[in-house]
Amino acid sequence: MIKAILIFNNHGKPRLIRFYQYFAEDMQQQIIRETFHLVSKRDDNVCNFLEGGSLIGGSDYKLIYRHYATLYFVFCVDSSESELGILDLIQVFVETLDKCFENVCELDLIFHMDKVHYILQEVVMGGMVLETNMNEIVAQVEVQNRMEKSEGGLSAAPARAVSAVKNMNLPDMPRNINIGDINIKVPSLSPF
Amino acid sequence: MNAVNIQTEQTPGYLFISVLVNSNSELIRLINNAIKNDLSSRNPTFMCLALHCIANVGSREMAEAFASEIPRILVAGDTMDSVKQSAALCLLRLYKTSPDLVLMGEWTSRVVHLLNDQHMGVVTAAISLITCLSQKNPDEFKTCVSLAVSRLSRIVSSASTDLQDYTYYFVPAPWLSCKLLRLLQCYPPPEDGAVKGRLVECLETILNKAQEPPKSKKVQHSNAKNAILFEAISLIIHYDSEPNLLVRACNQLGQFLQHRETNLRYLALESMCTLASSEFSHEAVKTHIETVINALKTERDVSVRQRAADLLYAMCDRSNAKQIVAEMLSYLETADYSIREEMVLKVAILAEKYAVDYSWYVDTILNLIRIAGDYVSEEVWYRVIQIVINRDDVQGYAAKTVFEALQAPACHENMVKVGGYILGEFGNLIAGDPRSSPLVQFNLLHSKFHLCSVPTRALLLSAYIKFINLFPETKVTIQEVLRCDSQIRNSDVELQQRAVEYLKLSSIASTDVLATVLEEMPPFPERESSILAKLKKKKGPGAVSVTELEDSKREGGELNGGADRGPDTSALSTPSPSADLLGIRSAAPINVAPVSAGSLLVDVFSEAGPAVPSAAVNDDGFLRFVCKNNGVLFENQLLQIGIKSEYRQNLGRMYLFYGNKTSVQFASFTTTVSYPGELQSHILSTKPVEPLVEGGAQIQQVLNIECLTDFSDAPLLNIKFRYGGALQNLTLKLPVTINKFFQPTEMASHDFFQRWKQLSQPQQEAQKIFKANHGMDTEVLKAKLLGLGTALLDNVDPNPENYVCAGVIQTKGQQVGCLLRLEPNAQAQMYRLTLRCSKDSVSRRLCELLAEQF
Repeated sequence: MIKAILIFNNHGKPRLIRFYQYFAEDMQQQIIRETFHLVSKRDDNVCNFLEGGSLIGGSDYKLIYRHYATLYFVFCVDSSESELGILDLIQVFVETLDKCFENVCELDLIFHMDKVHYILQEVVMGGMVLETNMNEIVAQVEVQNRMEKSEGGLSAAPARAVSAVKNMNLPDMPRNINIGDINIKVPSLSPF
Repeated sequence: MNAVNIQTEQTPGYLFISVLVNSNSELIRLINNAIKNDLSSRNPTFMCLALHCIANVGSREMAEAFASEIPRILVAGDTMDSVKQSAALCLLRLYKTSPDLVLMGEWTSRVVHLLNDQHMGVVTAAISLITCLSQKNPDEFKTCVSLAVSRLSRIVSSASTDLQDYTYYFVPAPWLSCKLLRLLQCYPPPEDGAVKGRLVECLETILNKAQEPPKSKKVQHSNAKNAILFEAISLIIHYDSEPNLLVRACNQLGQFLQHRETNLRYLALESMCTLASSEFSHEAVKTHIETVINALKTERDVSVRQRAADLLYAMCDRSNAKQIVAEMLSYLETADYSIREEMVLKVAILAEKYAVDYSWYVDTILNLIRIAGDYVSEEVWYRVIQIVINRDDVQGYAAKTVFEALQAPACHENMVKVGGYILGEFGNLIAGDPRSSPLVQFNLLHSKFHLCSVPTRALLLSAYIKFINLFPETKVTIQEVLRCDSQIRNSDVELQQRAVEYLKLSSIASTDVLATVLEEMPPFPERESSILAKLKKKKGPGAVSVTELEDSKREGGELNGGADRGPDTSALSTPSPSADLLGIRSAAPINVAPVSAGSLLVDVFSEAGPAVPSAAVNDDGFLRFVCKNNGVLFENQLLQIGIKSEYRQNLGRMYLFYGNKTSVQFASFTTTVSYPGELQSHILSTKPVEPLVEGGAQIQQVLNIECLTDFSDAPLLNIKFRYGGALQNLTLKLPVTINKFFQPTEMASHDFFQRWKQLSQPQQEAQKIFKANHGMDTEVLKAKLLGLGTALLDNVDPNPENYVCAGVIQTKGQQVGCLLRLEPNAQAQMYRLTLRCSKDSVSRRLCELLAEQF
């Protein structure tokens, strides 16, 4: 099983983090820091596997990583996965990103992070591999893109959320739900 | 929620949930309904999104809501392929989080048939599910073996263009092939001859393909091809029944050992490690020894070097042990710090396991200490001493070698320990040579004395007294040393006591007595090598194979052969990773020497303190019972004493269980309870026990206890019996402490602080700041505080980290109110404990007792 997928750049700035096993927020940060520390000091021509990260699962777990230009793609997996298979999987994932973004670069991961998540979701689901066929993945992602376009995309979500609340059929809802203070700041993203 | 609105925001909504909401969130319950709607919609995209969401959250509530629904979607005939894929993995996720909710049913047989599905993506997803399910219920999914084999053979024999999209860099469906081979590793080799034939054919094809020239120069091509190859090899190793394939696999791996791709070298070393344990291929693996040694020396990547060291360890046997151990030793000098300790253990084990000639063994271990002294754990040097003592033929050589090793200007403290012990025992064997005359030996040892830590110095002092016995001519010199102020007035109690006692012993006792007291150590009983136990502990269970274990037991037997064993060796050899190797802690006075002077000798190495008379009070067990009432109070090779007790108000009852662990009867078994000092906690009635305890039997005794007033000492239990003619005498502290008579008192915050202020006289308060001896886990702490007998008060202290307790101690004459506050400091690993009681002696006693508990 894949326990976590971490993508960070050469300076250790996380670009995409996905955990398939529950870890508390601060633990996640620690795992990212430790992983970066382990991976970044290795030469480019040593092997792509390493053991010794102490945070996820102990001895039954390996880091399998690949370094592309400015980004490290690190998969934390347990012993039930084939090492070379995972390397191929990273390659498939990156090639898919490349297809979807046309010459993918770090900035794509920053500005289209929702899209990256959709793509990853079509490759890995709940820690298991869903699909390895690139064309199939791209096709699925495109269906979703089309649907999302008809919805107006992520950037339109807050406005619609407000209108949704206004239009809500309140008597149907129990009135005394206290959700506490939720402050969600949505960054202004360019529309897709 | 408004279904229409949600419908239009599906994608961002689900993304939000999967990224930001974790499975414990309250919000989850609110979205279940929306998911249900999407699942029942016929739109495949919506269904996929919903399934993704369930898999990503994967909470128990989700499982409750959907566990019955998803299998239906998975096996329904009209479900789209993409939905089937998602459903399979979603089900897997729910099965992993709450296996009890996913019920097997008629869908299970149909899931297996997904292996035949037209769509490769569905097979890819389904195989993960099937692998997981078949690991849990292998019998129900047995049919998957033949299906997997036929699927595999279709993939393997297909041309690279047949599978179109699933061909990855000219390799047909590599991911799926790997997964199929993994699935087959969950089962033994197929019994059906036809299936097996087909599978063997597949494996051969895969091995053949590895020899073909690559279809592409790209690294991805070779990666994909080799991924399948490595899985095939692990399947071959798993079956371990086809010698032909095993040897081919080994040769293939041998090629990879010199491949320019580091990844392949790494994986080849790793697979070969498992291959080495198979009897068919062990010899074949051994032919690669030079390459592996070379890898250990020249490889730039530490991960690969680590694998090479593991492989060397695995391929070691009698024929190549000397070479491998020598290589590992020379590697140790430059090894990475992170793996040194493990390397040291491995070298020590190999040296012991394959020692034919014990002088080689002694050389190896001494070299080990010289090269990596800091990483040599206690177990390793204990073991070498054990072996030297048990083997007559090596003693002279060992004495000579340590003597030479000690002559180095700087030698490691562990070397001094081994040297001190061995020269103390066997220095006489080399004393004939004028270059190592008694006085030279002594001066050599003593020159190291001042550089050593206290335990080593204590050991050296014992070696000195043994010298007096071995070489009477050194007596004057040694007495001089013992008499000098730095020994006899040493600020360390242990050293001082040894110096004083040894000095007296040497001057008072006659040579006969001295010779008896300081006789050579008896051989050690046979037992599992504690080093191996340590390695196992380090690596976790399963790291050392069973065969290896049995092996070492057998070898251990050889090593200790000729040892004169007492009747109780079976109990002594109980393998316990924490067992003290020399077996000379508290148990020593009872099991080794019937003569009381003998026990003095045995005890000189124990850390507890030397020369404790055999009736010394044993209070190891005592402190463990402050916070609990039941358990084992004392145990040695002969006897086990268990306790069960209950207390109410100022009364208590204690059941003592005496178990005879040997097969021999204990005669004249008597127990007496006494109350030292002013102890007044009265033990009202003790019925005398049966004088005979049969081998393997257990007898019971009841004590009724009344607490008259507060007390600080504990009653003593003295046990006497005859075992095989020798009188055994044992005194234990009974775990009756003042806190046993606590009545918990609940109170609110302001009550507590009011009382706290009332008890403000300085003598009523006792405080202690101490280091944490155990982990600072909240639940454990709470359990301990409750076990203490007080009430644990929540929401009293403004700082939620702190623990606050209150209780009343009931004695016959009076009641003593007690308030307790424990402030942990997790960062410094320290506690501050404050107690305020209406009686000052109680505060102090409780404080002492509790300070040892955390």
